[in-house]
Amino acid sequence: MTDTINVQAAADKFLSVVGRPLATWAEACVKCGLCAEACHFYQATKDPKYTPAYKILPIAKAHKARTGFLGMLGLAPKITEKDLKDWEELIFDTCNMCGRCTLVCPMGIDIASITGATRAAMASAGIGPADLFAAAENSRDRGSPLGLSPEKLEDRLEWLADDNEIELPLDKKGAEVLLTVSSIEMMKYPDSIVSMAKLLNHAGVNWTFSKKGYEATNFGYLSGKSDIAKMMTMRIVEAAEELGVKAVIIPECGHAYGVMRWQAANVIGRPLPFEVWHITEYLAKLKREGKFEFKPYTTPFTYHDPCQISRRGGAAADARYLMEGFMTDFHEMAPTGNSNWCCGGGGGVQAIARSAPIRYQVFKIKTDQVAKAGVETLVSSCANCRLTMDEAKAATKWTGGLDSIVEILASHLITKDDD
Amino acid sequence: MDLLDFARGPAINVAMAVLVFGVLWRLFALLFLGKPVDRTIPRLGTPGPFWAGLREIGRRMLPHPTFATAERFAFFNGWVFHVGLAIVVFGFRPHILFIKNLTGLSWPALPSGVIYAVGAITALSLIAALVKRITSPVQRFISTFDDYFTWVVTIAPVLTGLAAVGHVGARYETLLAIHILSIAVLLIWLPFGKLFHAFLVFLSRGQTGAFLARRGV
Repeated sequence: MTDTINVQAAADKFLSVVGRPLATWAEACVKCGLCAEACHFYQATKDPKYTPAYKILPIAKAHKARTGFLGMLGLAPKITEKDLKDWEELIFDTCNMCGRCTLVCPMGIDIASITGATRAAMASAGIGPADLFAAAENSRDRGSPLGLSPEKLEDRLEWLADDNEIELPLDKKGAEVLLTVSSIEMMKYPDSIVSMAKLLNHAGVNWTFSKKGYEATNFGYLSGKSDIAKMMTMRIVEAAEELGVKAVIIPECGHAYGVMRWQAANVIGRPLPFEVWHITEYLAKLKREGKFEFKPYTTPFTYHDPCQISRRGGAAADARYLMEGFMTDFHEMAPTGNSNWCCGGGGGVQAIARSAPIRYQVFKIKTDQVAKAGVETLVSSCANCRLTMDEAKAATKWTGGLDSIVEILASHLITKDDD
Repeated sequence: MDLLDFARGPAINVAMAVLVFGVLWRLFALLFLGKPVDRTIPRLGTPGPFWAGLREIGRRMLPHPTFATAERFAFFNGWVFHVGLAIVVFGFRPHILFIKNLTGLSWPALPSGVIYAVGAITALSLIAALVKRITSPVQRFISTFDDYFTWVVTIAPVLTGLAAVGHVGARYETLLAIHILSIAVLLIWLPFGKLFHAFLVFLSRGQTGAFLARRGV
């Protein structure tokens, strides 16, 4: 949190972002409390303050102060510095914007959208976790939250290409597909990058990376810093437009997909002149076209649906289609698909160090799900989920295994060398 | 003018005017806010916003399958007092006569005995809702004045109505006047408190349905 808190800036931001949808949701809550049943932070702690409906209060208060009956007369209470400070933890540290509470709400209130708008207001006021803000500023100044500058990207791609004897095209003229990266993968799970490339190369896709627009994660959005969100979006849009590609592929990263697929056109104010695919969607398309054959993967496993890809992305079926036929010992966890429990680290929460203890508590929900599924391996398609669970696994000494669907696909691909 | 004349006359007329003005005010306030244009490309094969919204309005009438156990009490009890209130309001002969005088519309009434039974069940259901609110740590924590005041103005017409038909505690005319005044309070409060969810439920569910359907969820 920064030292100077500009409450008026927050009030103004609330006013500017609250259109009809947010206002309707902010006014509609009947306080039934059912959303607590859906929230992993409440379920892990049983602390009522984590009830998602409680997160509506700042935006509802700010909205009423400007537009309600009493607000018109100047009699409604206004948003205060104390409100912003009191809700900081609830809005940033303990909401992944996973949308599970939206499923259960009888009024259909989308609290994830409310949280996104409240983060923007709080960031305007200068309130928010310093490390999350630093990740956003790193993205703005150095190209990525983890300092993956264009030069470092080029270096690492060269190293990965040499090390794996694979072609990793960069700024290739005439490419039809732009592949982006999550810097989490590049720094921590580079095999995921190589795996995507291996699969795309095998399928004969004419693709490339770009030094201009490579970072798929958008910490501007996650931190509520709208200017940085737009800048990060524009880097990919401009890169794609310069290259003239038909499609942009988002790697194994849930929020990156959500921002680019379901928000970017609104952020830049015009439709995108290219398609946006999550890597699992794109690989499923290639599989449907008959581009892949896989060797059997016989490890008993379950699949963790990343919230932004399944529940809020509509792509739950593609991941299952990809696994179909060769990942033979698949056990769905319960609940699964669009109802699956969140990893606890999405929405930028993974980047907030002080949230680690509660993330580890949330991880217990996931390990219980895995145990009930009767397996020891948890596969996902989001590097952020994987990182969140990897850290929690180490902290809680969980003995199960974590894996990436793309890496499994690549390592089981039948190639010419197998003939 | 005695109390009953006041209740039947100025009180209920003012309440109706406040209700209509307040509801229109809040609805226009929301509609005038404007809806941002969504420039993203909808997932192929998904329904348009109107049908998706309609589907969502219907779908959320029942618990989500994943949360069926958690939602059991809220949905069952919620259905009981919502349907109970509707039966009492629209099925009782004096209420139908009142609506006929106001709008010219009428329909057959339910037997009075049925109405009394439904009224009693509705009151018990509302009491159960309050007990749940007070005893649930989550609901108690998130509840505000609006939640408790709304409960009072909702159960008051049910209890005063039952008292009036049962001639309990005072002269019938006095009980009837109190009953009508309690309805006036409810009508006046409806646009300002959470009773306005009677309108917002359609807008909120509808827009969420459109929002999710666009993504193919």
